[in-house]
Amino acid sequence: MDIDVILDTLPKFWDGAVITIEMTAISVTIGFFLAILVAVMRTSKSPLLWMPSYGFTFYFRGTPLLVQLFLIYYGSGQFQEFLSNVGLWTFFKEAWFCALLTLTLNTTAYSAEIFRGGIQGVTFGEIEAGRAYGMSGVKLYRRIIIPSALRIAWPAYTNEVVFLLQATSLVSIITLMDLTGVARVASARTFAFYELFLTVALIYLVLVYVIIFVFKRIERRINAHLSSNAA
Amino acid sequence: MQGIPLQAVLTFFVGAGHSRAGGRAFHLPPAHQTKEFFKVIEFLDLEGYGMLLLKGARLTLAVGVVSMVIALFLGLVAALCKLSRFKLLSVSAELYTTVIRGVPELVLILLVYYGGPTVVQDVAALWGKDLYVDLNPFFAGSVTIGFIYGAFATEVYRGAFLAVPKGELEAGRACGMSPWLTVRRIHLPQMWRFAIPGLGNVWMVLIKATALISIIQLPELMRSADVAARSIRKPFSCFFIASLLYLGITILSLVFQQWAEKRADRGVRRE
Repeated sequence: MDIDVILDTLPKFWDGAVITIEMTAISVTIGFFLAILVAVMRTSKSPLLWMPSYGFTFYFRGTPLLVQLFLIYYGSGQFQEFLSNVGLWTFFKEAWFCALLTLTLNTTAYSAEIFRGGIQGVTFGEIEAGRAYGMSGVKLYRRIIIPSALRIAWPAYTNEVVFLLQATSLVSIITLMDLTGVARVASARTFAFYELFLTVALIYLVLVYVIIFVFKRIERRINAHLSSNAA
Repeated sequence: MQGIPLQAVLTFFVGAGHSRAGGRAFHLPPAHQTKEFFKVIEFLDLEGYGMLLLKGARLTLAVGVVSMVIALFLGLVAALCKLSRFKLLSVSAELYTTVIRGVPELVLILLVYYGGPTVVQDVAALWGKDLYVDLNPFFAGSVTIGFIYGAFATEVYRGAFLAVPKGELEAGRACGMSPWLTVRRIHLPQMWRFAIPGLGNVWMVLIKATALISIIQLPELMRSADVAARSIRKPFSCFFIASLLYLGITILSLVFQQWAEKRADRGVRRE
């Protein structure tokens, strides 16, 4: 066990942790709103709405994240000419953009499926009550269905966010220096493989439990009016 | 030689798309569509690397099945430990699931593949021996994936064990069976029915996680697609077809899972 290597790498691990957390935070935030949209589309009766969202979630949930990442990062090169013409190549040539895009689409698909379960779990009485108050369409969704669905879906959504944090480790494969990337480069240089990978595993473990703690707090908050002993 | 099975794959994909519009599986498109048609062909043509991808898919399935068997076994043992009265067993099973589920698969794979041999070497050095260990990627990959998904399977089994009605266990005890005999005769056989949906999910996630083994150079589907993409300079086509193969595995697994669930539920009354 080489403690010095771990201590020497700690500042780099800090930079890596910042990238990991940034990647997670940005894709979770964008993915959250997109997922609500996709889930609402998915529960619609019109095939024009539910079919695309079904295809999207099925593809992104049925294929490995690594394939999606390579498809966007390396695959975009096959359309370089076209992407340059529309002015998007400046984004697609950057690894961080491709990583964020992939992670966002991936988490959107998984979260949409979770939220769909939530939307379908909303008791019909609530919707009826909303209708009785004269709400319809967007207002009904915004005030009644989505808040209620999120409450139902929250525990499963917590899991998805944890998985996404772990999934960000894949961005190290396309040269980004997140936590895993730092460990890979540092261990290749120092040969301190297990020391560095154990350290990075420990850091991920801490991050995961921080996320679980925060999301449990949010869960308590959004369910506060439902708990018998209001605290 | 290599091009022939590829053509079959191509016609399959292209033909599948056209069968919906035309009603027949194979037919030439009308003249005004021919140009578009050849564009699709050119896009999906892997220039002889199709067979490599199919071979990769076979290896992916092999790694998947081996890791799933390990995961099923480990999960069962860990679940029994978790429900055990002995503190040491339940605490160590708890530790196993908490730690493994909190660490990314990629980190664990790298830890085992690169860290494993160095640990052995360092320990051997302590005894004054010079040892060089080189892990086989197939072995390292399946064991690691199996070890990781064993932790997920543990939770599934645990839930399934708890879902068996208490009265059945009491009945077993009342008939004079020992605790272990109740587990073997009543708990285990009935638990499967509750475990199948969860274990099916574990398999779905596991088969996708095998793509990560490409990082340690095992020529499974993902690695083969990477090799093909580099040689023919069509990364999108290669990875897209690889993703369709993964999708195919997922669809087949879904069908199998539904069949298994139906079969496991055949003795249960439906209201």
